[in-house]
Amino acid sequence: MAEASYPEDLKYHPEHDWARIEGDEAVLGVTWYAQDSLGEVVFFEGPEVGSEVTKDQPYAEVESVKAVSDVVAPVSGEVIAVNEALADAPESINADPYQSGWLVRIRLSDPSEVDGLMDAAAYAASLE
Amino acid sequence: MAGYAPITPTDQAEMLAAIGVDSIDELFAQIPEDLRLGRPLDLPDGMSESEVYRFLAGLADTNLDAERIPSFLGAGMYDHYVPAIVEAIIGRSEFLTPYTPYQPEVSQGGLQVMFEFQTAMSELTGLPVSNAGLYEGPSAAASAAYLAMGQTGRTGLVASRGLHPHSRETLATHAVGFGATVAEVGLEGGLTSGEELEAAVTEETAAVFLQNPNFLGAVEDVAALGEAVAAKGALLVVAVDPMTLGILRPPGECGADIAYGEGQPLGNRLDFGGPSFGFFCAKEEHIRKMPGRIAGETTDADGRRGFVLTLQTREQHIRREKATSNICTAQALNALAGMVHLAWLGKRGFVELGELLARRTAHARRLIGGLEGFEPLADAPVVREFAIRSERPLDEVLRLPGDEAGPGPLLPVYPLGRDYPEYEDAFLVAITESRSVEDVEWLAHMLEHGQAGWDEHIHDHDEAGNPVANGAVR
Amino acid sequence: MSDATTIAETPQQADRAITIYEKSVPGRRAAQLPPLGEGVEETPIDQLIPAHLLREEPAELPEVSEPEIVRHYNRLSRRNFDLDTGFYPLGSCTMKYNPRLNERVAALPGHARLHPATAPAEAQGALEVMYLLQESLAEITGLPTVSLQPSAGSQGELAGLLLTRAYHADRGRNPGKVLTPDTAHGTNPASVTMAGYEVVKVATDEQGGVDVDDLRSKIDEDVACLMLTNPNTLGVFDRNIAEIASLVHETGALLYYDGANLNAIMGQARPGDMGFDIVHVNLHKSFSQPHGGGGPGAGPIAVSERVEPFIPRPQVVRVEDERGERFELDHDRPKSIGRLRGFQGNFGVFVRSLAYVLSLGGDGLAEASRLAVLNANYLKARLAEGRAGRYLPVAFDRHCMHEFVLSGAPMKKELGIKTLDLAKRLLDFGYHPPTVYFPLLVDEALMIEPVETEARSELDGFADAIERILEEAESDPEIARNAPYTTPVRRLDEVGATRRPVIRQPR
Repeated sequence: MAEASYPEDLKYHPEHDWARIEGDEAVLGVTWYAQDSLGEVVFFEGPEVGSEVTKDQPYAEVESVKAVSDVVAPVSGEVIAVNEALADAPESINADPYQSGWLVRIRLSDPSEVDGLMDAAAYAASLE
Repeated sequence: MAGYAPITPTDQAEMLAAIGVDSIDELFAQIPEDLRLGRPLDLPDGMSESEVYRFLAGLADTNLDAERIPSFLGAGMYDHYVPAIVEAIIGRSEFLTPYTPYQPEVSQGGLQVMFEFQTAMSELTGLPVSNAGLYEGPSAAASAAYLAMGQTGRTGLVASRGLHPHSRETLATHAVGFGATVAEVGLEGGLTSGEELEAAVTEETAAVFLQNPNFLGAVEDVAALGEAVAAKGALLVVAVDPMTLGILRPPGECGADIAYGEGQPLGNRLDFGGPSFGFFCAKEEHIRKMPGRIAGETTDADGRRGFVLTLQTREQHIRREKATSNICTAQALNALAGMVHLAWLGKRGFVELGELLARRTAHARRLIGGLEGFEPLADAPVVREFAIRSERPLDEVLRLPGDEAGPGPLLPVYPLGRDYPEYEDAFLVAITESRSVEDVEWLAHMLEHGQAGWDEHIHDHDEAGNPVANGAVR
Repeated sequence: MSDATTIAETPQQADRAITIYEKSVPGRRAAQLPPLGEGVEETPIDQLIPAHLLREEPAELPEVSEPEIVRHYNRLSRRNFDLDTGFYPLGSCTMKYNPRLNERVAALPGHARLHPATAPAEAQGALEVMYLLQESLAEITGLPTVSLQPSAGSQGELAGLLLTRAYHADRGRNPGKVLTPDTAHGTNPASVTMAGYEVVKVATDEQGGVDVDDLRSKIDEDVACLMLTNPNTLGVFDRNIAEIASLVHETGALLYYDGANLNAIMGQARPGDMGFDIVHVNLHKSFSQPHGGGGPGAGPIAVSERVEPFIPRPQVVRVEDERGERFELDHDRPKSIGRLRGFQGNFGVFVRSLAYVLSLGGDGLAEASRLAVLNANYLKARLAEGRAGRYLPVAFDRHCMHEFVLSGAPMKKELGIKTLDLAKRLLDFGYHPPTVYFPLLVDEALMIEPVETEARSELDGFADAIERILEEAESDPEIARNAPYTTPVRRLDEVGATRRPVIRQPR
């Protein structure tokens, strides 16, 4: 994705991660800024389905040729799905970080955590 | 001038002017006065090249090397014949003097060598993934342990007593840092005890270490032993002697997760123990946890085929504290030597060499084991090394007669007593293609005299010193 | 002279990469083995070893003749840039000339064909080589005992950390943390983890040295060790080292010296005198061992008296008794951490390094460091002029030691080319680039170490090339961005190589 973009319907974490809240579930990923800093992604291995992710804690790593970055959970929950397509096409994280580049889907354990996240405008402003 | 440095006093003066200081001392002012050495180093003055040569040649002369006496020493390093093209190739500036290939556009030679080497070691071990080499054998064992612990999340290590004593000790030393425990499985009839192994492997075991052939030279049934390992979800790690892989079933076909070993027999001199190289091969699933450098194929901006270091995020210069190992400089030149030697032996030659070793070794074991006062330690099949027991204590049997100058040297075989107190009456004999039948007969002859006592007359000798008539050598 | 950018393909580039496997022809071979020998039976192998333990299919090794092997590897060698051919200013790698005398002495059969398990009485020459090297390194580092066992610097680091662990355990303590500066070489934190410690980073101050206040806030009884190099990876001597050493020792921790930068201070200052307890030395850096395209090297460690009981075994010792002087391998070391590897270490490297030390002598080694520091400051002064001075400012504006760090940040901002592009364009000018993007502390870093074995004309030529590249970039940044043009291959797709790794010839 060539141009920076931060969709309005998402929530953001200062460590450059996003969450799309869907009822009592959330889809998680990394923002445009994260993939741009990292460079071309070569590898992503997700956590096990059934494992827990904890708000503010890293739950996976994204690798480019020259760097490795922690992926931090914006909210806590149980992993119910991992994006398997990334095994063959990790470049989706660069090309389409908010749709086909999604990382995991979780069932929220504490929905009130969502209130602590930034909206698109606040996150974009924090990058200045 | 000293130290191969081209800078003349005139250069110095001009350079100091350009820097804007009056003397080199000013550049060292950043070191606090009380930390300056303030005196010359207490080392001898520098010598001319010819003097240095004379001095080191003089020291070399006092060593009993394999050119002066046929060496039957093994224990992981062997006196194979290294073809002359190896030194011709590794002596080339372009291979000898560059750094690690961080700028791949000008390192295609070195990177392609790594790729070819990785292919060769993968072929030898029957495992799909190989790195570009590690330091040597025993420390590669430690790397395997580190990988297994990372992959399984477990801390138990189990090692057969058949594993090289240096490997076992190296594992124990590293285990302290890794937070691992090491349990040993004993030998029975010179082979790893299957029963003990099964009892030792638990749900807490990260890896089980076997060696094939084992330290006593015996061929182990790795596939059979490995079943107990897989059953508990531990990784099977097999140490192998590369020269035996021409005829032995490769570890990849015996269920090994990782195969490693001492690469010295391939293309490298004995050099009193180093430098040589270690090799490290594994199943596909472990590729991202592999230690060491890995070269990968790719294309350049114009579509040309090329090679680069790949999967670098495993390594210390990127991953730092989470790296799969801390290796930076390894043993690239030695791996090149190994590759050239393998290319020289070739597909057929490598097999033929394995067959030659097995046949000559069988002959040697029969001959020496049949001498009065000697017998093979066990009857397990061997490939290129075997253990022999002696009735008479080894310090008497192995000591060649001396003269007024002093006692004679020890016969170049490997006494087992220090590493295996239970076998203190035994020694290892190693065979290479350079140990001719005549060499073997000489060894047998010397051992015969050693057993009987050199003062005893056991047979007559001809002018050349060979036994004649009723000589016991068959 | 033709412009590199208008040539589509140089003859070198047309030489396509073909592996030795692709050159194989079934039935071709190089080796002829000696005959089996009189009286040795040609027994079928499966009568010697049970069939189920035998290989069924041979390994797919090359099938080529000897002339083809030589030509193949000769051709490959010419696709390498090397130190004998050109300037190689890689920071912290100390790419100094590799004397050929050293190769000659290492190849002497008495050294080269000596088996490591040879009884010590028959290996006195080899043990004396090791002993003399140990003594030399002890004098140079200012610490009394040296173990030559570690195979490389990073194995030396691991050894040092395991020694640290043993030292503390011997005193009934188990501190869990090791401090390293944020500018440390990657092997440091990697080794820390392998030794079972937690890495804690210490900040760097504006002078480029350890931030002593930050150190003070982090040093406590749970710290086992502080790992430093001095001069540090910014090429600067840390003036506070005495205070740092005190702080560390007061809490009972040990001080570890990464010897990668020893070339700056031989004969001028000694880590032992600065208060370091354990020092590793890279023989493939300061001591002229050829780098071999990635090894072999060696990483001996020098230790203080209180750490001596724990060093690896065996240790080469000198014994003097009624029989005279002799050298032995001492295995009887009850507190030793044990072994890091087999046998005695990279002996071939020891012979070469000893030859170097004998050739230079004490004065020669001291002079080597002085000239290394001179060369670095001179090149730094040249690169402070002209466009280099404007676009590649030095990270710390003080006299450097044997290396210095520039920042490509202004170049990136004003000219639109990165340090990486500058490095790739340097290849077209026949130079190996400096170390790039290290240390992490400096933006778009370039770490330059010219070494003492380089003539002034080389340094001037390098500075001139940088100037030309920057001038080029002022009018057309695309040139550097698409460099190199004249090397055997152009920029390579590292992303593809990592996404879908192909690391062996397919079957």
